[in-house]
Amino acid sequence: MKNVTAIALVLAMTGSAALAGSHGDCAAGKTLEEGVLTIATGNPAYYPWVLNDAPESGEGFEAAVAYAVAAEMGFESDAVHWVRTSFDEAIQPGAKNFDFNLQQYSITSARDEMIDFSMPYYSSAMAVLTTQPVVDAGAMPTLESLKGLIWGADANTTAVPMLAEVVAPDRDPLLYGDNADVTAAMQAGQIDAALFDLPTALYLSAVVVEGGAILGQFPADRSENPDRFGFVMEEGNPLKECVDAAISTLTENGRLAEIEAKWLQEATGVPVIE
Amino acid sequence: MPTPHQSGAAAQPAAPTRREIYEARLRRRSITIAAASTASVLIAVIVLVPLAPGWTAVKRSFFNQDIFLRTFPGLLDAFLVDVAIFLWSAPAIVLLGLIIALCRDVRSPALYPMRLLGALYTDVFRGLPVILVVYLIGFGIPGLGLPRPWNSPYIWGSLALILVYAAYVAEVIRSGIDSIHNSQRAAAASLGLTQADTMRFVVLPQALRNVAPANMNLFIALQKDVALLSFIGPVEVFRQAGVYKSLMANFTPYVGAAVIFLAITIPATRYTDHLLNKQRRRQS
Repeated sequence: MKNVTAIALVLAMTGSAALAGSHGDCAAGKTLEEGVLTIATGNPAYYPWVLNDAPESGEGFEAAVAYAVAAEMGFESDAVHWVRTSFDEAIQPGAKNFDFNLQQYSITSARDEMIDFSMPYYSSAMAVLTTQPVVDAGAMPTLESLKGLIWGADANTTAVPMLAEVVAPDRDPLLYGDNADVTAAMQAGQIDAALFDLPTALYLSAVVVEGGAILGQFPADRSENPDRFGFVMEEGNPLKECVDAAISTLTENGRLAEIEAKWLQEATGVPVIE
Repeated sequence: MPTPHQSGAAAQPAAPTRREIYEARLRRRSITIAAASTASVLIAVIVLVPLAPGWTAVKRSFFNQDIFLRTFPGLLDAFLVDVAIFLWSAPAIVLLGLIIALCRDVRSPALYPMRLLGALYTDVFRGLPVILVVYLIGFGIPGLGLPRPWNSPYIWGSLALILVYAAYVAEVIRSGIDSIHNSQRAAAASLGLTQADTMRFVVLPQALRNVAPANMNLFIALQKDVALLSFIGPVEVFRQAGVYKSLMANFTPYVGAAVIFLAITIPATRYTDHLLNKQRRRQS
């Protein structure tokens, strides 16, 4: 009886390996668990990147991208396993509990020295989130006007150096641990404006911040250091080439653009900051 | 009357007794053992830790010299914010703590509500985690719609620290007041001092001196808890280290922040120990 189960197991494993192999052997032997792709996201994962904090549904931009990349690498959707990590868990030294991690990690050269990034799967404009009273008080989408505001940002994001370099506000910005705290401070009138990637800013202004408004955006293609999101992997992860190959295929055949169009709102109405 | 042996020892101090020789040998032996055991632990740590398979990765992430040197000046700058918050909070804490302690020592029956209030205050604020108070007061009160600059996180965050730490300080001062024997109050009353004067000139000076080391400990803890204000916006050393950590995907800036904290807290702790020892000698 035991032997039968063992044989069945072996057969099942070779079967799934063969299935993976049919799409290309790239990922074989490189994942944490053979035949399973373990993907990490945030805890909680935010709209519109993952809908309802349920990446398993494949709904939301990053969830959809993750399943598309997995399929391209030869993993059926039931071979995708999700785990949750914080930002710090993704960059700490030592064994990781994920094959790759996506939660709007911006690719920067300084970070790249410590961890591996995939090719970018999304280039985001940065947008200025504010409230209607601030707009009514005369805030305009010009650098001149932005300098005079009191700024806030999520301390873990590239919005912090971008604020210092592009806006260079008159007063030191206030920094917070996550989006929820930034919006709480905005609601309390402690900050006038905050810098987020555009999809996050659109969501926060529409749903979270009472009387929220988007003052303007810094388009990705106009910035010298556009905010590009990549998958995070452990430094030297052999899976990187497979992930990169999958992303570049999806970029070339237009699948990535389709997913973006489906899950991320149109941002054409947002004025561009000169 | 001196015995011949004692007078002999006094006349020839150079010749150690057998007991002294024995004690000196014992002392030498324990020094050797202490040195050997310390050295072997140090060697074990220095040799064995780098042998761990993940050591190079840990070293790159936590003890990266290049990043340490690049971020340390920025961290020092940010630490000034900690120092400033500490400096304006500390006097307020002492004052409020003293008031609460005095409230709890009120003996007139008509003023019983003050005792009750003091007890309630210490119960509530000693019972809450500091971070919770910082969040609730730091975001909650400005959320009521206060105009600038009265909704600043610096003001309300500091108030949260003051409220919590005053509760601890009040309890310490109260224990100091309780430690002054009732006979002193009786003696003061017999000299014609009023209750207020007794407290001011007889009880408090002794009480405060007795609890000074215990209060020092609280202020060392406060120095570290100032970092909690970073959760509501102020960019002090902990938050600044977090920004560097995030930008460089490296934890070395946290080690830098730890070094800065230790540079302040270790001397302060040693000084408190010194005060405690002095007090023990005085009392025994």
